[in-house]
Amino acid sequence: MHWLNWITLTVIILANYLVFIWVPLEKVMGAVQKIFYFHVATAWVGFFAFFVVFIFSIFYLITKNERWDRYSAASAEIGVVFISIVILTGAIWGRAFWGQWWTWDPRLTTSLVLWFIYIAYLLFRSAIEEREKKASLSAILGIIGFLDVPVVWFSIRWWRTIHPNLMETGGKMAISPKMGVTLLLAILAFTLLYILLMTRIISLQKLADEIYRLKEEIRSHWI
Amino acid sequence: MYEIRQICKSISQKKVLEQINLTIAPGELQIMLGPNGAGKSTLLKILGLLQKPSQGQLFINGINALKNPEKVKHLLGVVSHKTFIYENLSVYENLEFYGKMYGVNSLRKRILEVISLLGLELYVHERVAYLSRGFQQRLTIARAILHQPCYLLLDEPQTGLDQPATHKLYQILEQLKKQGTGIIVSTHIIDKIFQYSDRLVILARGSKVFEGVSPQEYSEIKELYGSYIKGV
Amino acid sequence: MNIVGQFLAIIRKDLQTEIRTKEILSSMLLFAFLTVVILNFAVDLKPRVLREVFPGFLWVVFIFTGLLGLNRSFKNEQENDCIYGLNLAAWESSIIYLAKTCSNLFFMLIMEVIIVPIFFIFFDLNPPSLLGIFILTIFLGTFGFTAVGTLIAALTANTKSNEILLPVILFPLIVPLILGVVQVTKGVFLNLPLESWSYWLKIILIFDLMYFLVPALLFTYLLEV
Ligand SMILES: Nc1ncnc2c1ncn2[C@@H]1O[C@H](COP(=O)(O)OP(=O)(O)OP(=O)(O)O)[C@@H](O)[C@H]1O
Ligand SMILES: [Mg+2]
Repeated sequence: MHWLNWITLTVIILANYLVFIWVPLEKVMGAVQKIFYFHVATAWVGFFAFFVVFIFSIFYLITKNERWDRYSAASAEIGVVFISIVILTGAIWGRAFWGQWWTWDPRLTTSLVLWFIYIAYLLFRSAIEEREKKASLSAILGIIGFLDVPVVWFSIRWWRTIHPNLMETGGKMAISPKMGVTLLLAILAFTLLYILLMTRIISLQKLADEIYRLKEEIRSHWI
Repeated sequence: MYEIRQICKSISQKKVLEQINLTIAPGELQIMLGPNGAGKSTLLKILGLLQKPSQGQLFINGINALKNPEKVKHLLGVVSHKTFIYENLSVYENLEFYGKMYGVNSLRKRILEVISLLGLELYVHERVAYLSRGFQQRLTIARAILHQPCYLLLDEPQTGLDQPATHKLYQILEQLKKQGTGIIVSTHIIDKIFQYSDRLVILARGSKVFEGVSPQEYSEIKELYGSYIKGV
Repeated sequence: MNIVGQFLAIIRKDLQTEIRTKEILSSMLLFAFLTVVILNFAVDLKPRVLREVFPGFLWVVFIFTGLLGLNRSFKNEQENDCIYGLNLAAWESSIIYLAKTCSNLFFMLIMEVIIVPIFFIFFDLNPPSLLGIFILTIFLGTFGFTAVGTLIAALTANTKSNEILLPVILFPLIVPLILGVVQVTKGVFLNLPLESWSYWLKIILIFDLMYFLVPALLFTYLLEV
């Protein structure tokens, strides 16, 4: 996948150029506003990664093909990393505009709940030894966990509306066309990064499997 | 007829069973011999629908057992390494529970029947946790035959049984065989059970290496077994 | 095969085990009672404030106590691999899920019937005027909690660190349910206008329905490995 590396690198450089040099400074918020491009783009990729876990979990239960389980695991790992970035950038954003690190903003709170769900998913995976069992059981969790996302989202939105939040208005801004283009490219860059990381993790897993297989072969020669 | 077609099983990428074909006819007793780690228990778990094979098919009385397990589950009786009995219930309560699950008719009578068959009379209301290993094994066998299954799958059923109980078990098997139950027993002990055996299957390293009419003489069996197991 | 018969047989077996060992209910009751007392020591609130936070206390105690029961519920099935024998005898795996959910629900409801009055007595509060809705909310909340909790307990029963993993997996999943039941309970307690909290019942019902039907469908994959 040589070409994918180069495309991803190019798009990332281009996106950084747009974010830091091309797009004009936001008048009210200044330079800190640039965190917005990273925040939104990682959020999109993170949610997408969890959706992928959901779809591949269903595929696994239907086909019992181990490939889908490996893809789910890889996607969940990347998703957790990206959602961590979302939470961190969200905290910095909150500090800059509202003067506090954490606000129970619906998006941020939903991200936090998802972060907990998928950390638990990864912990659960590491707690089961037998492969087939790990695959089936975590596929169930992958499905159950993702079904929760819309319910979490709506309930937290409702919850926030009953606690009227002064800060809610502070973070709003008008998105100019240039900002829109920059955001789109940032999303593209992170999506490419996601795909690239997926291929890397999957080939690492394949190597680990190969080592395991070779070990087994050596052992069966000795017995 | 229980037909086992091309069963393969890998656990965590390790090949445990390869291309096993077998047929168990009603009223037939098969013995499966094999050294430790040969895959006997795994095969019996697959036949008992407790585990799914990685490949292959199972047909029980013509029904695809992997596709429609609900149609054939109740035709099977299984004794595995694990007993499947509840520690905190008494002997009677365990049998009553399984009897209800299987919808056994005139349950009470049937429970008392299997209890006396396996010599558990003195422990009817004893909690399983307080029973010795041998009596737990007797209860396990009672549980497996309670609903009069068509096929009985026994994984080292003699485990923990003393001489008289083992003898009793063999008599029960002979009786069930006469009534038309298809039986497969895994073991690595060569003893009297061979008197009742119709066929012998030898498993080594996950493959079937021998299948045929089982000889009666112990020395013959040992020789046959030894010739296939050499170097394993 | 008699589905109802199997369903009842499993519940009966769970009750028999509980009567024999008295493990689940007694520890749940004692734990809940203790927590009520500790809460009283830990927070010393004015009655008006107390009414505000009381619904939160109530549900936190229910959840933590429920966890004790859930953690136990697959323990006896795991011993001697009974769950496999049970699955072989059951016509459909979902029957096991339904029956296990029912017996967990039953244990939790008994605990709540005893603990709620104790709550009122120890915090010196009067029961709310909308008693029917209060009880309905407790039932719906407990149902949703046990429905998803039973599935997660069955999943974590396959690991060695099940006691820690169960809450770690379960708690984030039940966030919407907790938000909902606390809002409704609070609305009932503070006599807030109906429109300001009744819509939360929708979230609770959706959660209950989803986390009852989906696990029932998925349970067969859990046991067929
Ligand atoms: N859960 C598992 N994880 C990894 N390997 C397993 C598992 N279960 C079985 N195996 C492997 O499968 C092979 C066959 O095991 P099995 O228990 O079927 O053997 P067996 O013939 O019953 O042996 P024994 O006579 O000792 O009972 C063994 O090599 C074992 O290590
Ligand atoms: Mg074995």
